[in-house]
Amino acid sequence: MAIFSKSNVPQFTVDVYQNEYLPEGGREVNAIATVTSTGGGTIGSAVGAPHLYSAGEGPDAAVAIMVDCSGSMDYPPTKMRGARDATAAAIDALRDGVHFAVIGGTHVASEVYPGGGRLAVAGPGTRAQAKEALRKLSAGGGTAIGTWLRLADRLLASADVSIRHGILLTDGRNEHESPEDLRASLDACAGRFTCDARGVGTDWEVKEVTGIASALLGTADIVADPAGLAADFTQMMESAMGKEVADVSLRLWTPMGVEIMFVKQVAPTVEELTDRRTEAGPRAGDYPTGSWGDESRDYHICVRVPGAELGQEMLAARVSLIVPGADGTVQTLSQGLVRAVWTDDMAASTSINPQVAHYTGQAELAQVIQQGLDARKSGDFDGATAKLGRAVQLASASGNEDTAKLLSKVVDVVDATTGTVRLKARVAEADEMTLETRSTKTVRVKK
Amino acid sequence: MSQMHQPAALSTCPSCEEPLESGDLFCDACGYDLSAVPPPPSDRPTVVLNGMPPGPPPAAPPAPAAAPAPAQWPVAPEVDSSDTPAPTHRSADLPGTDSGGGDLAASEQTAPGQVPADPDDYLLPAPGTSPGPEAPGPEAPADPRTGPQPATEAAHPSAGAAEPVLPTPPAGTKLCVACRAGHVAPDGYCENCGHAQPRERDHMEQELAAVAAVSDRGLRHHRNEDAFAISSAALPDGSPATVAIVCDGVSSATRPDEASMAASRAANAALQDALPRGTHPQQAMHDAIVAAAEAVNSLAAEPTSAREHSPHQNAPACTLVGAVVTGGLLVIGWVGDSRAYWVPVDRTGPTARLTEDDSWAAQMVAAGLMNEAEAYADERAHAITGWLGADAYELEPHTASFKPDRPGVVVVCTDGLWNYAEAAQDMARALPADAALRPLHSAQVLVGHALDGGGHDNVTVAILPFPAAPQGAGSA
Repeated sequence: MAIFSKSNVPQFTVDVYQNEYLPEGGREVNAIATVTSTGGGTIGSAVGAPHLYSAGEGPDAAVAIMVDCSGSMDYPPTKMRGARDATAAAIDALRDGVHFAVIGGTHVASEVYPGGGRLAVAGPGTRAQAKEALRKLSAGGGTAIGTWLRLADRLLASADVSIRHGILLTDGRNEHESPEDLRASLDACAGRFTCDARGVGTDWEVKEVTGIASALLGTADIVADPAGLAADFTQMMESAMGKEVADVSLRLWTPMGVEIMFVKQVAPTVEELTDRRTEAGPRAGDYPTGSWGDESRDYHICVRVPGAELGQEMLAARVSLIVPGADGTVQTLSQGLVRAVWTDDMAASTSINPQVAHYTGQAELAQVIQQGLDARKSGDFDGATAKLGRAVQLASASGNEDTAKLLSKVVDVVDATTGTVRLKARVAEADEMTLETRSTKTVRVKK
Repeated sequence: MSQMHQPAALSTCPSCEEPLESGDLFCDACGYDLSAVPPPPSDRPTVVLNGMPPGPPPAAPPAPAAAPAPAQWPVAPEVDSSDTPAPTHRSADLPGTDSGGGDLAASEQTAPGQVPADPDDYLLPAPGTSPGPEAPGPEAPADPRTGPQPATEAAHPSAGAAEPVLPTPPAGTKLCVACRAGHVAPDGYCENCGHAQPRERDHMEQELAAVAAVSDRGLRHHRNEDAFAISSAALPDGSPATVAIVCDGVSSATRPDEASMAASRAANAALQDALPRGTHPQQAMHDAIVAAAEAVNSLAAEPTSAREHSPHQNAPACTLVGAVVTGGLLVIGWVGDSRAYWVPVDRTGPTARLTEDDSWAAQMVAAGLMNEAEAYADERAHAITGWLGADAYELEPHTASFKPDRPGVVVVCTDGLWNYAEAAQDMARALPADAALRPLHSAQVLVGHALDGGGHDNVTVAILPFPAAPQGAGSA
């Protein structure tokens, strides 16, 4: 499916960070695989100035923008206005030649532009027509996000392109279809296009929006103030225009007898991948990572190896990045090795790799924030204080300043080092939702 | 030595059930590394043996080549009984000092039977008599194949019969020695069980006419960071010389295996170059150590391989001990804690340690701060104070020359061996009585001694009979 000329296939590298030394009887092997893709040189300017691309330059892409048009978007009316402005800004950020469509979403999905089950090709004329069509957007109706996604999928599939991406904006709960319907729609769309999701205002459900982004390998965020939408949409579209290769999978080969404990992305955000494995031949499985531009992501891999004698060495896993080729074969982009070596040198076997330690902490940070906020909602204030105190401690120790700042809007920090906090009596809803939405954001190891 | 000849406790290969012979290092059928098998605690099998069946050895004529030549070595000159350094220790042109100018005699106080100290013991046995009462009668045939062979012989006739259930792999593919089911991927790991395959350096043996060496990974380390190089050289007058270099990579540094390999090769090449040109062997040894140091230093400049991401990137480093044996002269050189021992053929004579470790323990003892037992019991005992490598403060090659007045063998080894035979007497006990005649066998036995003791480190030993026999001289 994907056809790339050599120039715009990014170079992928896999670097494995681990302490391969195990003590006698040791069986758990942890490793951080840092995957970095660097493009063919054009991509840096593409992000900053997408219009410099002429038609046909850069990877061919299709984008669907899904705008919530439910009745609640008129309360306050700034939301609908903000959504229109943001969509217009996103259209302005489209590179010439990119296929696109605008979908208005209520309890059903409707084509706002260009209509007729087709995609428009970005250019001065179509951009102006699309922005003109946005004027017709009006609020009224319910919310059934699954229908929006299915329409986006149909439209995106109509173009023969390598990158397919969606941008979804909602302001309310998915009230007009069952969670199972949404789940089914996500399953149907997963792997067919990637999608960023944004919640505007504070009446939407964090877990719905983050769930959509997670299933479709995109980002999730809150835009509490509709005035901030345009900048966010522009940034999202530029990032989408920077993608150069789609359908990249992390392939993990493990020897006989090795048990995979977990596989998760740990940077830039924590994303559990363990259950998203698809088998790929003997003892190998693929984990989806979506599309890549110029970027770097970290993955934490934990496996359990069979015991072996001191002095033995074995391969615990091969980590590779693959893309499907045009003829159904796969192309391996890069590969790294996770090893296990048994030693009686205690100094070697007891040290924890700094990368592994750091990301173990970042994953726990995301988890305790979620648990703390859940406990707070259910009235368990002692539990919430303990969990969020631990979160403050972890965020402080790891230098995750953004998360520390968000936490300080939910709790009064008495001592960050020990994790002593008091729950704030009054917390703005936007602050709590921001913390929850961004709880999975991680920072990298301080070098 | 009796414990060295007990039958191996393993009767079949743990991997493929092929019956084993005592002394097999690797399974004949599948190549499984038997040294990796955990031995039962009470009845440790001897994993490195002489390779001979436990029964009576086949009768064969004595191996002629390695027999000591008739007394051509210099007879010890008259010595007085005063406490002056024994004249036998040095020839007129050869002060018995190390290259730093230090007094050798003082540094050898711990070797009770040191060569030069006891002139009364230097009465020579009659040349041509049997090497000693401990020598076994019949000699093994000088067939190198009696030694344990590295597992390269997968084409053993019984190999096919041993695994009827497995599909026949395509010709040319290597089967994993650990699981016997997977093929070995190009990166050296099994495609099935992931186990690393035995590397060439896990067990190495080499035998020349008058010198042999064996190196083994041991039982606890995942790779062999020791290395050796042996060679024969000729002096300008055509008389033979033999060279052995043994190096031990410093594990706390980066790429210790590369360091030891580079050092041993460089030192050997330097001696090969210098000896035929008439450079005095002691000077040649000094220069060889300097050349080895340069070879190790140059490794530090090379980029590390991609998979090494350890934050502590120390410069590669290793120890070195070397010996040059000529018709009348024995030259030793060393840096670090690898050692050389002298064991006379007639075991009633004195044995001696010829080197003085560059180690914390040796320094403590030398400074009189601890006695030997205390020093070696300390966990810092093996911290070395001298090594080859870019981060060595100052290279201080030690060399020493000896003129033994009787035949014997020089045991050149890493601490992986001498940890299990520290005192010179212990080393002599571990060394087979016919070591001068069967250097390879003796090196195998000594490695086996270390493995039986636990094999906690890589083990490397070279055996050089003294004096160097003239090429093709045979036994008189």
